[in-house]
Amino acid sequence: MPDSLPPDSVGLVEPQTLHFPEPLTLACGQTLPEYDLVVETYGELNADASNAVLICHALSGHHHAAGYHSSDERKPGWWDSCIGPGKPIDTDRFFVVSLNNLGGCHGSTGPNSTNPETGRCYGPDFPVVTVRDWVDSQARLADRLGIQQWAAVVGGSLGGMQALQWSLSYPDRLRHAVAIASTPRLTAQNIAFNEVARKAITSDPDFHEGRYADHDTTPRRGLMLARMVGHITYLSDASMGEKFGRELREEAQKFGYDAEFQVESYLRYQGERFSETFDANTYLLMTRALDYFDPAREFDNDLAKALQHARCQFLVLSFSTDWRFTPERSEELVKAMIAARCRVSYAEIDAPWGHDAFLIPTPRYMDTFTAYMDRVAREVSA
Amino acid sequence: MRADLEIIEKWIQPESHVLDLGCGDGTLLDYLQREKNASGFGLEINPDHITTCMGRGVSVIEQDLDNQGLGNFQDQSFDVVLMTQALQAVRRPDVVLDEMLRLGRECIVTFPNFAYWRLRWYLMRRGRMPESETLPYKWYNTPNIHLCTFNDFETLCYRKNIRILNRTVVDSEHRYRWFNRLWPNMLGQIAIYRITR
Repeated sequence: MPDSLPPDSVGLVEPQTLHFPEPLTLACGQTLPEYDLVVETYGELNADASNAVLICHALSGHHHAAGYHSSDERKPGWWDSCIGPGKPIDTDRFFVVSLNNLGGCHGSTGPNSTNPETGRCYGPDFPVVTVRDWVDSQARLADRLGIQQWAAVVGGSLGGMQALQWSLSYPDRLRHAVAIASTPRLTAQNIAFNEVARKAITSDPDFHEGRYADHDTTPRRGLMLARMVGHITYLSDASMGEKFGRELREEAQKFGYDAEFQVESYLRYQGERFSETFDANTYLLMTRALDYFDPAREFDNDLAKALQHARCQFLVLSFSTDWRFTPERSEELVKAMIAARCRVSYAEIDAPWGHDAFLIPTPRYMDTFTAYMDRVAREVSA
Repeated sequence: MRADLEIIEKWIQPESHVLDLGCGDGTLLDYLQREKNASGFGLEINPDHITTCMGRGVSVIEQDLDNQGLGNFQDQSFDVVLMTQALQAVRRPDVVLDEMLRLGRECIVTFPNFAYWRLRWYLMRRGRMPESETLPYKWYNTPNIHLCTFNDFETLCYRKNIRILNRTVVDSEHRYRWFNRLWPNMLGQIAIYRITR
């Protein structure tokens, strides 16, 4: 945390764990007898509970979206650039709810939790959860918080998929859905990258078929590799070039295979840090949820048909250099929304940062997002 | 509201589903939504305009007509397709007209008249490409790449079997003057056409 908090920070925040004792039946057919969700909230819920915004996280995200947990925390929450007083998701006007999804490894029930039926850690037995399951669990969270209808459900990447699924699963329970740098379904190339990541994890000798906890170890190298390949796809060639170029760490080439280029040591560092804080089974599960997401599937692969059930208004944003979920994928989504007569606004933000651009506060992105959310806030107070 | 928009607004029925190509800051769509309970979309490429539209609750889609076309819209999916002061700036106005009529039952188009007498006079006297309040550009930096006259436009409509339902001719302030009607191709500065197939 910086020495003095900036005025647009939500400041010190504390997560809370909510227990849900009712069983939740999942898309895979299995039932979670009970579960916990770890949640953070920022701002105040108004009297008629109409100003609530749900933040859905991406692949490696969690409940800590804004502010600081302690004065020792080096970095704020993952989306601090967009959440706070005066920011696009203005906490002076909105009550913001952010959670760690089921299957996560930051406190919500997931592979590291104890299975109440066996008394043992779930590990690889934790069922594969889908975007739809997450939305179902989030609807129960809304019930618990006394929120009948979200002013908006907002998310980037995998978070955008959740916002989209909300509009289909609970059309009357949200006024706006905001999908940033997202896609209505993964391409074969996207799935291929996920498969490389999973293979890196499952082929680590410390993986033990997911029961690494029983062996008192973690598949650290596999997780690191998974993150390295993922990380490459989140950046653009240009942003990597700008950040690292072909710079060597030392002047001379050593004709070996240590990390000689700056970009290599950066990726290794990022991968190592990630492998220390993230759970391998959760990574497998979250990438699978990405692969499976395809709301058109049960509507004869006709996305417009699926979207005919939506009642909310949509904002779709893409980024010019995002090659993980390209602007074309967002346009495909917008096209289906137009055909379904949804109310949708769309902008392609010119930004050099690749998929990660949705976390970086570039001026046009902030202006557009702020203008849209400002209008959502006006509707709430009207 | 701009005078030309007031004229256009009268031609649009309540509850219409409208597509506005080059919707600018969304003034017209916003008005149609509020006063006529219309629905629909604006298409725009200017980032500031797009932001303004979003802020006022107009559904706007960032789309470049010239490069992306209108293939993301379905046949006859709108009651009215609008294009104000942009036909002269697209690469293929004839193709855009066809597309507009594919999407909408009716279309409303406005554009500056290159045969307006002041422009004729400017060209005759100075021998240079005219500049005026409706065409405030140099020949080399103008976005208007396909300027035409009312006669040109009507000839194109005739060739394409496009029916002209209404035509209003106004001056640069979009005021309607009695003499405009007398000799529109000479005296009119801006034309507002309502067309259909």
